[in-house]
Order: sequence, then structure tokens, then C-alpha cells
Amino acid sequence: MTTSTLPYFPLKRGRVHEVCGPGSFGFLAALMAQTCGPTLWIRESHRPEYINPMGLGEFADPSQMLVANVTHQTDGLASAEEALRERAVALVAIDISKPLSLTAGRRLQLAAKTGNSTGLCLIPEGMGSNAAESRWRCRPLFHAQDSTHFHWSLIKNKSGTVGSWHVRWNRTSRRVDMVSPVSE
Amino acid sequence: MFDGIARRVVSIWFHRLASDRFLRQYPLSGPFALTIKHSNANRLYCLNTEAAQQGLHQGMSHSDARAFCPKLQTAPADLYRDQQFLLTLRRWATRYCPWVGLEGRDGLVLDISGSSHLFGGEDNMLSDIRTGLTRAGLSAQIGLADTRGAAWALAHFGEGQAAPGAMLPALKDLPVAALRLDVKTTTALIRLGLRKIGDLATTPRAPLTRRFGPNVVMRLDQALGQQVEEITPLAAPPHYGVRMTLPEPIGLIDDVMAGTKRLLTRLCATLKTHEMGARVFVVTLRRVDQGHQEVELRLARPLRDPLRILPLFEKGLSEIDAGFGIDQLRLEATQTEALPAQQMTHVATDSDDRLDDLITRLGTRIGLENIQRFLPADSHIPERSFITSPAAYSTAASGWVCRNPRPLCLFHPEPIAGGGSYPPTHFRWRRMSLTTGRATGPERITPEWWFDDDNWRSGLRDYWRVETTQGRRLWLFYTPQNPGWYVQGEFA
Repeated sequence: MTTSTLPYFPLKRGRVHEVCGPGSFGFLAALMAQTCGPTLWIRESHRPEYINPMGLGEFADPSQMLVANVTHQTDGLASAEEALRERAVALVAIDISKPLSLTAGRRLQLAAKTGNSTGLCLIPEGMGSNAAESRWRCRPLFHAQDSTHFHWSLIKNKSGTVGSWHVRWNRTSRRVDMVSPVSE
Repeated sequence: MFDGIARRVVSIWFHRLASDRFLRQYPLSGPFALTIKHSNANRLYCLNTEAAQQGLHQGMSHSDARAFCPKLQTAPADLYRDQQFLLTLRRWATRYCPWVGLEGRDGLVLDISGSSHLFGGEDNMLSDIRTGLTRAGLSAQIGLADTRGAAWALAHFGEGQAAPGAMLPALKDLPVAALRLDVKTTTALIRLGLRKIGDLATTPRAPLTRRFGPNVVMRLDQALGQQVEEITPLAAPPHYGVRMTLPEPIGLIDDVMAGTKRLLTRLCATLKTHEMGARVFVVTLRRVDQGHQEVELRLARPLRDPLRILPLFEKGLSEIDAGFGIDQLRLEATQTEALPAQQMTHVATDSDDRLDDLITRLGTRIGLENIQRFLPADSHIPERSFITSPAAYSTAASGWVCRNPRPLCLFHPEPIAGGGSYPPTHFRWRRMSLTTGRATGPERITPEWWFDDDNWRSGLRDYWRVETTQGRRLWLFYTPQNPGWYVQGEFA
């Protein structure tokens, strides 16, 4: 098993990124572990999925996470902008349910730039915004021995090439390791 | 008390305080009573004059009263608001003298020594008090004497005045109950033939003390002025409110902010002297057309620093409609908490302050209670092993212990098809066809019988980690007492 650092991760600060796919929450948890500092997760209150802090504890400190329950995406975007601009939190994650307009995406980027904080939009498949700095598609992988494997592919990148990697979460060093593809 | 000045005490008894308070707010005619739940029955608590004239009395059960007087209207009593109303009356009474204390649940006691001349003598003062109370729709009985005990007795049983230094002539015909004795003692005294205070005063004291304890003689001495009894005036709670009236109406946001800044500086100085911090601010803007606009600011933690608070007002104030202009600003800290002064250190960071400010800012948009944080809870039930509580009213807690692996994502259990106690090899979940690659388990979790939780009606659960060959790693459970398979979470 070869181990080397993953390019473009942790994500570039001062920009807003996107992630989609069934491994989105895992991606967020891994990112939270590597951005030291408080994290704000903005979710729409009608969504059934909830991050379980007991499961999050495997990645990062659950007490560092704040949850903002909003009723509409409009409120969520406004809150995200405020939080990105304020420099109080290192990472702002926002659940997106409707496609972002170019203006909304651009406003998020400007807010992130002002506050030098990282934004991450958890988007449904195929609802990316043009303004995003990078877009990742994540899915968990089945491995005969290890149950921490993921397939992460970078499907959009404004400052480099795209690519696709097999990674695993290293529980002891609390970081993402790149591994060779699983032989099926 | 004072040398050379006779002490004079006024006692005011509001014998219909609760019903008067209610009828001031909701006027109605005819017999009326407030009821209170006492030993599992609704009983009359406070009656108005018409109800008393019908022969009803306090303590009567509600159903009896309705039988005697079908026209009786009732409402439930609200003891807290009665108390608040009495405190308001106490504040009103400080116009007569600074020493005003509470007497039980429905009375006031005023030490008017040396202040009655300001109202043109005691008679004028009493009639002034009576006029004021009548105008406010309150029935009251007033007693005036040299001592607190005598004034109480006169207010409750005689309604009158005792001349200075002549307590016994005024009190001697009143019943012994006027000495503030308990019912048992009063009954025993009456059985002995001591019906009036005059009888008691002429009885030898030593047998009385031997028979009833020191209380009877003490109350008698207090009433007759041979033993001192103090009046404890209540200190008025500090009021955190400032206002500003403008000679010319303003309407621009910058002007309103500048006005708010001035008020905030003054208010924060007051808060600082009391070592308090504000949790909620309310700005009331009065427009020239007499309309009112209110802006409320709820803070994520108590503050009294004007420079930090002012920018937080910006959003709320920018949304108001100034109309033809605003000519009065009022700022009030409606909810305050103790905020003691702290030693400043060079190691302290401002990151916590920033986070609290962010919570406040977001709170003005989406509500302060919608910003939450996780706190550990002591339970084996997955959805109860943590609680979410408003971040503004809690502090971050460490101590997350997790012995067994838990999914990163939880949702409400979703049923899947499957039989037997071992996870199904093939199953469909959310319109996906999945194949079990590896299953780890079971981990048995039993419901907490001391909680009545509908979701756990199906009995104990055997939890399995199922890794599908398609990649998804799911958290399944089987309910052996009520066979069925469900998906409740997903691992990262």
C-alpha cells in the first residue's frame, strides 16, 4: 500500500468548494479534521439526515461543530455569507437543495475571500455552480479488509487539473491517505 | 425610632386585590370570582362585592357557588400577576413616603413619620390615598397608628385611626384575631373568654405566656408600641432604560444609528456600575405620527461593550419604516445577567468573542435558538446519546466517549424487506439494489423503559454494520420481538 499526500486537499482557503455524492458527509468530516477551528454546518430543518456527533468523533472534535437550522435556502445562503465574512469559523458547510444562481455563487466566493475562510457546499448530483473553485464527487468503496476506503474524484478545478483517487481515512494520524486502487 | 418625632404607620389592606386586578383588565358586571385549585377542588379565591352580597364566601367550592348563584362568572387566579401588581402598587405608594414595605400577599405598610405634613396632615394624606385607590378601581381598607401591629389591626378589623400615643383606646374593642395570631391560638383565647384586645391587655401576662408561649404577649406589645417592629422597605430594582427626545424628526439610518450609539453608551455605563450585562435589548422608535417601531436584539452572551453591540443593531434598524420621521428613541435592556468585571490578560484570545458575535448576527436572521451545538448525553439509545442545545445558552463540552462505532449520518428508521436474524444478502433501500459484502454485529440495544418513546415500541434492537459491495456502509437493525429490518444510519 503506497501512501502519499493527496493533491488539492485540504481545500484552498478563502474559496468556496462543492462536494456531491453519497460520501459527502465523510468528505466534510475529513475536511473538518484538517481545518483546525470551529465549523458551522448550515442545514435546512426539514432534511431527515442529521450528522451524528458520536460518529463525527472518529474524525474531529464534535464540540467544534455548530449547527444552524434554517427554513429556506435563502436564509441559509445569507447565513453562510455572514459566517464566511466574519472570520469566526474556519469552515462553513451548507446543504444546497436548489441550484445556485451565478450571483449567489459569486457572492459566496467574495465573502469567503473577505474572511479567508473555507466554504463547502454539499450539493445534489449535477447541481453545481459555475462559481465553485473545485467540485468533488465522493463515494464509499467496498474493501475486503478495510472499511474506511473512499473513491474521491475531482470533477472540476479552477486552479489545476482534475483527477480521481482512492483514499482511506487514517484514524491514528487523523488525515486522509492516498492508496492504490482496490483490486476488485 | 426618631427622637422627638412620633412614629406613624399606615397599613393598607387590599381585600379584593386579585379580583380588582382582573376586573380592571377585563371589566364585567354581576357577581364574579377568581378560583384556585386547592386539594383537588376548584375553590373561590377572591370575590367581588356583588358575589359577596349573594352570600358566597372565600374557600367555598366552585360547584357549590354555582349552585347558589347561577349567574356567577369565574376565572382562574394568577398568583404571580397578583404579586407583580402588588409590587406596582408598592412603587406607586412611594409617592407618600420612601419607607414602603409589603404586608403579606395583599397589603402594604408605609412609615409616614415626618412626611404627612407634605400632604397637609394625616387626614388629607389618607383621603388622598383613598381617592387615588378608588380612582384606580381598587377597594382598600386603611389603618393608621403608631405601630405596625396596630395599623394592621385597624386596617383589617376597624378601619380607622389611632391618635398618637393612644393605641389601647383604639384597639380595645377589636377581636383578638387582630393581633396577627394564628387560628389555633385565637380559638383557644376565645374559649378562655378573652375575646377582645382590651381583655387581653388587662389579663396577667405570666399565665398567658405559660399557656400560649411568648408569641401572644409579643404581638400585643408590638401592637401597643412597647416592642419595636421594623418596616423593611423594598429596594426598587434597577431600571436599565434610557431615552432621548429629539427636537427635529430624523429618518436616515446613519442618524438613527448615531442616536442609538449615544443611548447605548449611557446604558452600558449604568450596566457597568451594577456589574451586569444585557442579554436582550429593545429599541423603541416613536414616529411623529405617534406610531411605534420596536427592534429587538438578542445576544449570544451578556455584553455591555457599546462598540461591540452597536454593529449588531444595524440589520434590525435598517428594516424599520421611519415614516415622516422619528422623534424619540428609547433603549431598554429587558433581560440582564450578572457580568462581573474580569482581569484582562495578554493570553486571552478574542476568538470566543468573535464566535459569539457571529451567533448573535445569525440569530437576528434565523433565530437564536436555531443555532445549536452538540452536547454529550448519557444514553445508549443512538438518537439520545447526544443533545442539541442552543449555542447561545450553553458552553462547549468535551467528554465524548464512544465505545462502539457509530454512523456519521443518522435518520429516521427506514424499513427494508428481509427475514431472519442475519442481515439479508440482497435488499433494496432507497430504490437501490444492494448486496451485503460484510456484516459486523450484532450489537444489542434495549429500550429505556423509563422513557415512553414511540420509536422504540418494537422492543429491543440488534444493530449490524453492513458494508455493501456497492460501497454504501449502512447501519441496519433487526427487531427480534417484532420481526423487521430497518436502516437507521450511514457510515462515512
